[in-house]
Amino acid sequence: MRLSKAWIIASKDLSIVRRKKSIFSTMIIFPLFVSVGLPVLIYVLVGRAGSISPDALSGLLIVLNALAFFFIIGAASLPTAIASYTIIGEKQEQSLEPLLATPTTDSEILLGKSIAALLPPLVAIWIGMVIFMGLIDGIIFGQLGYLYYPNAVMAVIMLVLVPLAAVTAVEVSVIISARVNDVRTAQQLGSLIVIPFALIYVLAETNAFPLTVPYLLVLAFIILIVDIVLFSLAVSTFRREEILTKWK
Amino acid sequence: MIDAVNLTKKFGDITAVDGLTFHVSEGEAFGFLGPNGAGKTTTVRMLCCLIAKTRGEARIAGYDTGNEADSLEIRRMIGFMPENVGLYGELSAYRNLDFYAKLYDRTDQQRKESIERLLRLLGLWDKKDLPVGTFSKGMKQKVAIARALVHDPEILFLDEPTANLDPEAAKTVRDFILELKKEKKTIFLNTHNLDEAQKLCDRIGILKTHLLRTGTPEELKEALRGSKTIIQLEEVNDRIVAAVRQHTSGKVVVEDHRLVIDVINAEYENPGLVGAVFAAGGRIQFVQGLNPTLEDVYLETVREEIP
Repeated sequence: MRLSKAWIIASKDLSIVRRKKSIFSTMIIFPLFVSVGLPVLIYVLVGRAGSISPDALSGLLIVLNALAFFFIIGAASLPTAIASYTIIGEKQEQSLEPLLATPTTDSEILLGKSIAALLPPLVAIWIGMVIFMGLIDGIIFGQLGYLYYPNAVMAVIMLVLVPLAAVTAVEVSVIISARVNDVRTAQQLGSLIVIPFALIYVLAETNAFPLTVPYLLVLAFIILIVDIVLFSLAVSTFRREEILTKWK
Repeated sequence: MIDAVNLTKKFGDITAVDGLTFHVSEGEAFGFLGPNGAGKTTTVRMLCCLIAKTRGEARIAGYDTGNEADSLEIRRMIGFMPENVGLYGELSAYRNLDFYAKLYDRTDQQRKESIERLLRLLGLWDKKDLPVGTFSKGMKQKVAIARALVHDPEILFLDEPTANLDPEAAKTVRDFILELKKEKKTIFLNTHNLDEAQKLCDRIGILKTHLLRTGTPEELKEALRGSKTIIQLEEVNDRIVAAVRQHTSGKVVVEDHRLVIDVINAEYENPGLVGAVFAAGGRIQFVQGLNPTLEDVYLETVREEIP
């Protein structure tokens, strides 16, 4: 597989997506809400207080980890917007056939589309996480006496779980996009992928699933397995003969 | 350059293409003529390594379309224009072409020169920065042709290049294909337009799931036995028609003041027919020989296939 070919396809998709205001704004709004909105909420609730009890402080730290989980939910939902558009957009423009006739392999095309769908959400979420950590540190440094972020939990979320969840979203989108002709339908179906992540968030809030590094690594392993299964399904879906003769 | 032997494609129980065997030489313009659903697009897709054959063999410049490694080489040396232009409407004409040129590993300089040359040739250079989505059908078709040529391919596959175009746009596209013929590109053309096939192709294959006839337009017309003789009269009456019918076993049709007679050997039969009309009192205004057109050949060939 030649990465250069995949990058040419990704660049083309990115330059098309850049012109779509609805997709562009989706990439901005969600990370902005989580990275700025949630710290503001924390500030309103606890930041203005002169000092809080140790119990309240440990509760706050659990809440902070749970809030960080929002970034995983974002990673599982944002790529759907781009992946659905770039694949169904090609179906609607009937541009896959000439693309498949070029000296590129199916996996290079799939990789290119995956890069285009992954890159903007990942960059947006990572920037959002940096802002989130900076703001939270600024708000609770007074009570805590040290910088809470960066920490190991956030590192696992940022570097392992966010990319894995984003890959899940892309692969689900590829599989769905092969079967539907409408971008909105594909996005709606694809967004269902956040449900399991939202359930884990609820479990985290109730401390039934503690957001500690070992638990998060187990979760990462499970998502990795799911991604491998979905990847093999996506690859078998994204074959030129399938695309030209079976995709509707 | 292009060789197919017993090339067959089935979709489930349906045979789309059945046992095609043909050869296209380097620099030749070969056309597939056939009705909708005849298997033209399926054949081109197999030759362009887009779909796999069920049976048989197809080679492009010696490379096997069924071999994964060869298929990349084949796709590198061919230009393909599908029936649906499939351009990126949001991108400019230049950006569309540049994207494809990059996929063929063209250098910056090669891309720039090639895109400018093609867009100037097709009269689109002034519009190079406009989104293709704002173009007319004819303009889009031109960009699609430019896309197929942007890497200077040795072989060009054109699937219905003038379908859905207005006559003026279709003529521009045909003229451009004629220019490509002068450059000695090997051209494989799918069409159901007889006039287009006759004008553009050195040889034609009439396809309806399997290959019914192949030859130059002239050979195909010669293969259709016989021609027609038209005798224009001042007046046609039953006596004249009966006299002519006595003289020929071919079909005789009366159209206003003329007789249209099927003949096998016009030079041999016409003197007798004229004599019969004259003897029956017919006053002949003129006699005209009518050779079969490609349309006659096509219709007869395709009709023969109807069970």
